[in-house]
Amino acid sequence: MYAVYMLWKRQIIKFWRSKSRVLGTVLQPLLYLLALGYGLGSIVHRGGGGNYLNFLVAGVMAQTLLFSAFFWGMNILFDKRFGFLKDTAVAPISRFQLLVGNVLGGATISLIQALIVFVVALALGFRPSNIWQVPLAFASMALLATALCSVSAGIAARMEDIQGFQAVNNFLVFPLMLFSGVLYPLSGAPGWLQFIGNINPISYAVDGARATLIGQSHFGLGVDLAVMGMVALATIAFATYQFKKLQA
Amino acid sequence: MNKAKPIIKAEHLTKQFGAHKAVDDISFHVDRGEIFAFLGPNGAGKSTTIKMLTTLLQPTSGSLVMAGHDVTKAQHDARQVFGIVFQDPSLDEELTAYENMMLHAALYKIPSRKAKEKTHKLLELLDLDGRKNDLVKTFSGGMRRRLEIARALLHQPKVLFLDEPTLGLDTQTRNLLWEYVTQLSHENGMTIFFTTHYLEEAQKVAGRIAIIDNGKIVATGTTAELMQQTETDSLEGAYLKLTGEAVRDEKISSGDNMAMRVRTVRSK
Repeated sequence: MYAVYMLWKRQIIKFWRSKSRVLGTVLQPLLYLLALGYGLGSIVHRGGGGNYLNFLVAGVMAQTLLFSAFFWGMNILFDKRFGFLKDTAVAPISRFQLLVGNVLGGATISLIQALIVFVVALALGFRPSNIWQVPLAFASMALLATALCSVSAGIAARMEDIQGFQAVNNFLVFPLMLFSGVLYPLSGAPGWLQFIGNINPISYAVDGARATLIGQSHFGLGVDLAVMGMVALATIAFATYQFKKLQA
Repeated sequence: MNKAKPIIKAEHLTKQFGAHKAVDDISFHVDRGEIFAFLGPNGAGKSTTIKMLTTLLQPTSGSLVMAGHDVTKAQHDARQVFGIVFQDPSLDEELTAYENMMLHAALYKIPSRKAKEKTHKLLELLDLDGRKNDLVKTFSGGMRRRLEIARALLHQPKVLFLDEPTLGLDTQTRNLLWEYVTQLSHENGMTIFFTTHYLEEAQKVAGRIAIIDNGKIVATGTTAELMQQTETDSLEGAYLKLTGEAVRDEKISSGDNMAMRVRTVRSK
């Protein structure tokens, strides 16, 4: 367990030391909230759709997390390139523990980013409908972060090509975001769009956060958390399998 | 385990990549406490052999036993036994020397108090204690190498692998390194397995030498035996006679390639 803790700590230390990463973490969600919240918000408001900023917060939290966690595997590719991974690969520690230390590091950093979005949103006037349910929103986000970091780490474990990894993930990340209810409610969407949303795991994490933050849900909170829990477990299993074949 | 029993025993070891046999049915042993040099031209199969010995690659066939553990099956036990200084850099540059050491200690489950003690001692011994809280990216090539050695010794391995440990180092650091390595073998009974392209280093410190070429071991013995066998008067003479004068091409992975580029840039 101590080894897992130290592997986790390594990621946190490195994140904190890179001031540009910390700064980007704050600025990017601010950009989304301002541009989308106020830009699209005025249209939604004119159309009688209520407060779009309130609706958007859960989505931007999920989106921020998606973009950071889904590319988390990059750090493994860098560890390969700069050779550090070899030292962990010959250590007498199970590949599962290596994975967990790594994924928890990535999930923590992503969650910090989601938390920053939340704080920025509060500053812009967002108020959750029930303050006691806020931790549940973060539980939903934590499951999403774990799932995404695991998938990303699992893919990276078997790849060498950094640009190839970025290309593959870019190709996947946009449909995952656009078809997830980050920007619009699935409930009002056309049937085919709802169908894609239903099979996209991101939808359930967004819905879980939205259910707890503003009391608006498409699937129901129970379903959201159950689906995300299963997705997290499945992705960890996938990544563990890939890590067992890790070639440093 | 008695002294007569070899600490490393490889039998009919083969590694095949597609149709290419990188290592082709080699057998050798290394005795406990011995300094063993593994020499060969680029692409001869040295790195592939070291990767198999250190659990990074599974052999296609053959057996490999280290300190009583089957390296191919009981990987976890085998990993406990050896330490390695890789040919390419393997430190986390964004961490300090001390953090690199403590992370390694955690991976080997060394209790925190003991890890701190040992880290302190090793960094002092390798003359790094003044810089232990500096980020590794500010270190010179020689300092990085010393830190890698300190790290490899942290868990008190029985076998220490050094893969071209003196590449790119100045004469002073090289001398210090071999002096220290010899001492480890003589005083602590540690087994040393190393590769190098500097034959005078092998001649000076190695007890026995194996020469590999085209995936096969072409000769094994002490320097004197190799010279006698080839009727030459230096290890270099013997080496060239056994492996020929032709220049070799080496296939390298992109990771190694990058590490090499990093090193080239740094040495400028």
